[in-house]
Amino acid sequence: MIQKDLPEVLRDFNPLEDKVLRVIDNDGHVVNKKMMPSLDDETIIDAYKKMLYERVADEMAISYQRQGRMYTYTPNLGQEAIHIAAGLNIREQDWLVPAFREMGVLLAKGVTMKEMFLFYLGNEHGGSFKNANNTLPIAISIGTQFHHATGIGYSIKQQKKNEAVYTFIGDGGTSEGDFSESLNFAGVWQVPVIFTIQNNQYAISVPVESQTKSINLAVKSVAFGIPGIKVDGNDFFAMYLAYKLAAEHALSGKGPVLIEAFTYRLGAHTTSDDPSKYRKKEEEEEWALVDPLLRLEKYMRSNNIWNLDVEALREEYKKEIDAQFVDAEKNKAYPIDDIFNYMYSDMPQELLRQKAEYEQFLSWKENKK
Amino acid sequence: MTMVKAINNALDIKLNEDKSIVVYGEDVGVEGGVFRVTEGLQKKYGVERVFDSPLAESGIVGTALGMAVSGLRPIVELQFDGFTYPAFNQIASNVSRMQNRSRGKFTVPMVIRFPYGGGVNALEHHSDSPESLFAHLPGLKVVVPSTPYDAKGMLISAIESEDPIIFMEPKRIYRAIKQEVSEEKFTLPLSKAKIVKEGSDVTVVAFGAMVRECQKAIEIANEAGISVELIDLRSIYPIDRETVGRSIRKTGRLVAVAEAHESFSIGSELVTIANEEAFLSLESPPRRVMGYDTVVPLAQGEKYYIISPERIFYEIEKSFRY
Repeated sequence: MIQKDLPEVLRDFNPLEDKVLRVIDNDGHVVNKKMMPSLDDETIIDAYKKMLYERVADEMAISYQRQGRMYTYTPNLGQEAIHIAAGLNIREQDWLVPAFREMGVLLAKGVTMKEMFLFYLGNEHGGSFKNANNTLPIAISIGTQFHHATGIGYSIKQQKKNEAVYTFIGDGGTSEGDFSESLNFAGVWQVPVIFTIQNNQYAISVPVESQTKSINLAVKSVAFGIPGIKVDGNDFFAMYLAYKLAAEHALSGKGPVLIEAFTYRLGAHTTSDDPSKYRKKEEEEEWALVDPLLRLEKYMRSNNIWNLDVEALREEYKKEIDAQFVDAEKNKAYPIDDIFNYMYSDMPQELLRQKAEYEQFLSWKENKK
Repeated sequence: MTMVKAINNALDIKLNEDKSIVVYGEDVGVEGGVFRVTEGLQKKYGVERVFDSPLAESGIVGTALGMAVSGLRPIVELQFDGFTYPAFNQIASNVSRMQNRSRGKFTVPMVIRFPYGGGVNALEHHSDSPESLFAHLPGLKVVVPSTPYDAKGMLISAIESEDPIIFMEPKRIYRAIKQEVSEEKFTLPLSKAKIVKEGSDVTVVAFGAMVRECQKAIEIANEAGISVELIDLRSIYPIDRETVGRSIRKTGRLVAVAEAHESFSIGSELVTIANEEAFLSLESPPRRVMGYDTVVPLAQGEKYYIISPERIFYEIEKSFRY
């Protein structure tokens, strides 16, 4: 049994039996004391504030898009516990290989909201995340990023570095061939990669039941000989523990781990999507009751560490985020060079010719005025 | 040495020189590749640097991209031309784009090698010439050597490039041509065509295994009193329009030769270059001598598909007598 490779506390959570790692229940009460990660109050408060920041940033991004000030955006609403738990574990030297719904992890790696906004305003400079160490750009092509994570894992192992790779995929992505191939490669190579499936129940409009007959998504690890664990993705403490132990596992040379974060996308797939077409309002309302922020707040209240003025915090974050958006919005400069200059390290003659011809057209147009 | 030996020698030199290089693919380790191109390298450099990967082309290429952005310089082998298609998504969606997507934060110093082309009586998917599929993708360079010397010098340049390179090896002449090639390190430019033979009447442009077929056709043309200038393209993308254009302006005629399907091919690109670079010098319509828009037939039917020296000469003469 592969689970025996996992740290002792995780061994009970066999995905073949559809066990789910959960630390607090929907009312914020600790249901599994043994699994409670030892975090001081400061850290818990900080985690809540980070989740709130991501929530506010998300709401504002959607609003900018609705105002016609920004293009298509991919909201994170409801999945913040996963991102902040990963973000608190990922280190400066660790790698982040994102898909496109991991804002909180990107922020933890040092990406700014200005960069995020610039990207969704249609400028590649935003998406390069140039100040975030060992962070790949957002991957839109579903599932392909898992291979990149595995390859980076190979580099780390081969060069004997003390680094881990965090990578993400959605539930729909698990149907892609690259998902299975990369877990297989990672298993054979025993590389330090933490694969996360954010199972938010829908791939745009298609429910998980239409993606797979597997009893859950973590179970897919079993066939590849790597440990896998299904975690309550709306439970910050469970996600934190899962990442902490997965990172220890990976960094001690024991190979990859697959984490299924069982959650729900409270928002739309993108700002171009209308979830009312494919899911019931009652379902959304049910999941809103187990919102990860709400659950953490309930825990904090019942443990007397709740001292936050959420409305004041929201105002503070809004101001700060809006300043970053306005800054990004001002950046309208997109020189022609930018579309050509980054294609190659050594620009081919054909591209130089095409660019020169376009510039001739522009000067013709200018002279015609 | 043969082309197989020359490529092996290039890999050997680079593996020895640069610790960040890794070589992998299906059967490249213990067996040394189905064509023995990587023979002896695992023994010499160890299983961490030269190894067999699981059998999945998308995985081979996708993981190589991960390695290339994190400090290694992978050289991967895809076993046959027709097995590059499972890797196409990784190549088209990521390998070719990562540098642009990251605004140069990451470069992708990797080489994807594979044997290509027909004429070896093979099973299906073992005789394709997919160069135009890759040449059409922005962000890649696509090169094809036609001699052992070029194969060695171009491969070393490809390995040293910061850009991802598709390195196509004409399997039909892997062992058919022997040439004096220095054991020492040397490099060749990746963007320059080579004038194999100068001539004044007709420009013939080819690459890979077709260069040798064209040389045979030129012997027939010589006897018929037609002077042919033969250009070995070597680089598919970027294409050396300067060398090709200059030659067509001189001869006024173009015959483009390649094994791939004719429509939307490198032949089509060469005809465009003839129009753009030599329009007023043209004496006859530029011609393509290429495979049909059919699947490459199995061994019994391949004789209809494969381009013979006679057929090349037939087109040279038609072009000349137009």
